[in-house]
Amino acid sequence: MNSQRLRGLIRKEFLQILRDPSAIAIAFVMPVFLLLLFGYGVSLDSKHVNIAVVVDQPTPETSSFLGSLQQSPYFIPIQYPSIRIARQAVMSHHVDGIIWLRSDFSRNLLQKKLAPVGLIVNGVDANNARILEGYLQGVWQNWMNQRALDSGSPLLVPLQGQIRIWFNPALRSQDYLVPGLIAIIMTLIGALLTALVVAREWERGTMEALMASPVTMGEILVGKLVPYFIMGMGGMLLSVAMALFLFKVPLVGSFWVLLLFSTLFLLAALGMGLLISSVARNQFVAGQIAIIVTFLPAFIFDIRSTPLPIQVITHLFAARYFVASLQTLFLAGDIWPILLWNGLALIIMALFFLGVTWRRSHKRLD
Amino acid sequence: MVESPLQFLDVAKKFKRSKGEVQALQRLSFHLAYGRIIGLLGPDGAGKSTLMRMAAGLLLPDSGQVLVFGIDTCSPDNRIQSQIGFMPQRFGLYEDLTVQENLDLYSDLQGLNKEESQKRQQELLALTALDPFSKRYARALSGGMKQKLGLACALLRSPRLLLLDEPTVGVDPIARRELWEIIKALKEEGTTILISTAYFDEVERCDEVILLHEGQLLGQKTPGEFLSPLSNHTYLVNRKDSSRRQLQEELRFRQGVIDARIFTEGVRVLCMDLQIHPASGENWVPVPPTFEDAFVSLLGQKNVLADSPELPTHILPRHEINPEVVIEVNELKHFFGTFEAVKGVSFQVRKGQIFGLLGANGAGKTTTFRMLCGLLPASAGILRVAGVDMRRASTSARALMGYVSQKFSLYGNLSCNQNLSFFSAAYGLKGKDGRQRIDCALQEFQLSDYRDVNTDDLPLGIKQRLALACALLHDPLILFLDEPTSGVDPLARREFWQRVNGLAEGGVTILITTHFMDEAEYCDKLVLMSRGEVLAQGSPVEIRSKARNDVCSQPSMEDAFIYLIQEHEAVLRRFS
Repeated sequence: MNSQRLRGLIRKEFLQILRDPSAIAIAFVMPVFLLLLFGYGVSLDSKHVNIAVVVDQPTPETSSFLGSLQQSPYFIPIQYPSIRIARQAVMSHHVDGIIWLRSDFSRNLLQKKLAPVGLIVNGVDANNARILEGYLQGVWQNWMNQRALDSGSPLLVPLQGQIRIWFNPALRSQDYLVPGLIAIIMTLIGALLTALVVAREWERGTMEALMASPVTMGEILVGKLVPYFIMGMGGMLLSVAMALFLFKVPLVGSFWVLLLFSTLFLLAALGMGLLISSVARNQFVAGQIAIIVTFLPAFIFDIRSTPLPIQVITHLFAARYFVASLQTLFLAGDIWPILLWNGLALIIMALFFLGVTWRRSHKRLD
Repeated sequence: MVESPLQFLDVAKKFKRSKGEVQALQRLSFHLAYGRIIGLLGPDGAGKSTLMRMAAGLLLPDSGQVLVFGIDTCSPDNRIQSQIGFMPQRFGLYEDLTVQENLDLYSDLQGLNKEESQKRQQELLALTALDPFSKRYARALSGGMKQKLGLACALLRSPRLLLLDEPTVGVDPIARRELWEIIKALKEEGTTILISTAYFDEVERCDEVILLHEGQLLGQKTPGEFLSPLSNHTYLVNRKDSSRRQLQEELRFRQGVIDARIFTEGVRVLCMDLQIHPASGENWVPVPPTFEDAFVSLLGQKNVLADSPELPTHILPRHEINPEVVIEVNELKHFFGTFEAVKGVSFQVRKGQIFGLLGANGAGKTTTFRMLCGLLPASAGILRVAGVDMRRASTSARALMGYVSQKFSLYGNLSCNQNLSFFSAAYGLKGKDGRQRIDCALQEFQLSDYRDVNTDDLPLGIKQRLALACALLHDPLILFLDEPTSGVDPLARREFWQRVNGLAEGGVTILITTHFMDEAEYCDKLVLMSRGEVLAQGSPVEIRSKARNDVCSQPSMEDAFIYLIQEHEAVLRRFS
């Protein structure tokens, strides 16, 4: 490695980055955009859901139950005079479900200590419907407990669930999504950007001129790795800062471990980008491959819920290990038994991609 | 013994293609002598670029040896690369870097220290006259300036061997002349220069010429040695009562004539032997042979169109159009923002004329062209094509036009046949009629062999033929050709011009831009543009006579071009 040649190449790369708005956009605008979009736009939680309430016969018990509904952060109850009108409201999407307290609600409650509550949910969004159902049961349970306490007599429930939610006690899906997003952003910067810029050198014929100079292939590769490594880490730090300060995702683990894992992952992603572009010497094809490879590893959904063949395939993508590490680091802490394996996988992938690229690239045009 | 700068010993090279293999070079052996300018000439696909890349160590031979200053290019050693300068066909510049930054990058890559590099960069900027543009982005340079910058980058370390791969493609005559001044200066410093080119006049400036054909060496001699066997074989023929084109057609098929091409006031003829073959009314004057004659006699003995002497006129029924003036342009202007790219241009084109638009890079030729085709709106002036006002109803006129753009605009990953089908559909030719025309085109343009080959894999000359075929599918009245021969080899160019001449005879009006001054001779009428203005118009003879002065009594078209443009620029400078 000749430091002067390397310096020249790196300086050239930075000048090109600075003058190419699309590179800046991929590295800095896209992370912000994706984080805002997924952080605010895509939420798997249901909050402030409009729900119709139909009370056939108002009693003190019904108004007490309504009161506790109103206090729940999950629902905005809207009273409808009859079930027929409430049904229309569901049809027209004004509300997502109906809570129907029939005329015998109070009587059943007082006599049998148990009263059926009618719940009709719009099941088009199945996930949302299930969540609503769960929330309503929670509200019901709370209200019954409260009543039992108020009346002094213990509630006669044969089995009482005591639920603890670990690692994400508030059940905020952002806490789970945002770390996954960081992995996607870094793959995009690492793989997409490098794949594009190397392919561009081939396309514009500059690679030919570079190769005819005394520069070595190793210098060309390192000259590409260093600038995009810096860009990728910049994008990563930006994303982490947004995660911590904007979305208030807790970072339970250590920042330095996070940095270490990001470095490993970025090297693997850059290696992949370089490899893609050495196979496809055409920006369009290189971009296509990079995007497919980036989005294959699912980051939103649990991999275990996918079909077996897909689960096997995900093992080939560095992003899988990085997503797992990130979610562990952010939500659970430095859990070494998990991190160690994922870290090892990342090291192997980084070595593999960089090694293959190194071996494949020789200073020849064919 | 001093090592030769470049030695090929029994070199062979094959390339794998989608269909089979291509033998790029076979059993090629030669060596270069020190301090000379060696021209590399050959038709498309002869292996010129492969040879250049092998000399630069970018490709390795399948068998045989390539030695650069005695070092085998196979050895893992970058001593070779620090002794050579290589300028690839596309100059290898970073377009989003400035002139200065490009030079800095290559200085670093060549390992020049700061003082060395500053001194050398100053020298080179002065040599290439790029000094005032050092802060300009490479993408904003004209073709000629890019080429000079590419050359400067290759020259930073004063290479002992300089490899230039078609450096003058698409570059105007003034820039070419400047490049040759630089090359000559380098030779004085003792550099060995290998330059591949498609221009015969450039070949004649070389000390030695390597002629390559289908990967084999046809000869390595001085230009004089190539020419001497042809002395007294070449004549300039005149006949009073017929046009040059008619005369050329007659002479091409005359017994004993190898080649006939339009040149200045007459037709240049190359004969097989020392006999002349005049017919009545013809005046034969002996002229000295040129390299083009040598090239044709060595490579082109088989007349490219001999198999189909009937030119492809029958797919084009003769147009009986009424207005004799097909294109009328008056005070035509175009502004890009506040920049006036075309400043009040006026000319007329008659039916069946071949009308040439000449000018340096950036003279406004392409802008004028695009306005004529209705691709750019005119900012002011009158513009009528086939009687249609292009400023009002350009769409209806467009059906009458065929257009071949600089880069041919073919779909690279479609086959010949698919490209033709696409263009026929785009022109609204349907069903049996469309199919018939495509079949005709495949036959007339001798494309049947390439029918299913992807356009990307075709040699440039064939691509050009296909582009022409596509533009002619719908029987246009007017054909626009924007630098159609740039980068195309000499044989393909000759063939192209035979077709164009045939079309003109068939009544098609042809507008063409070119950087080849010998091609300007083929035109009936020329317009010479510079900086958006028309400097001169008239027949080639009239244009040349404008440059006649005491220094130059018989100016060539290139002399006239350079003289008129420099004159104009001097006037501009005086006024500014």
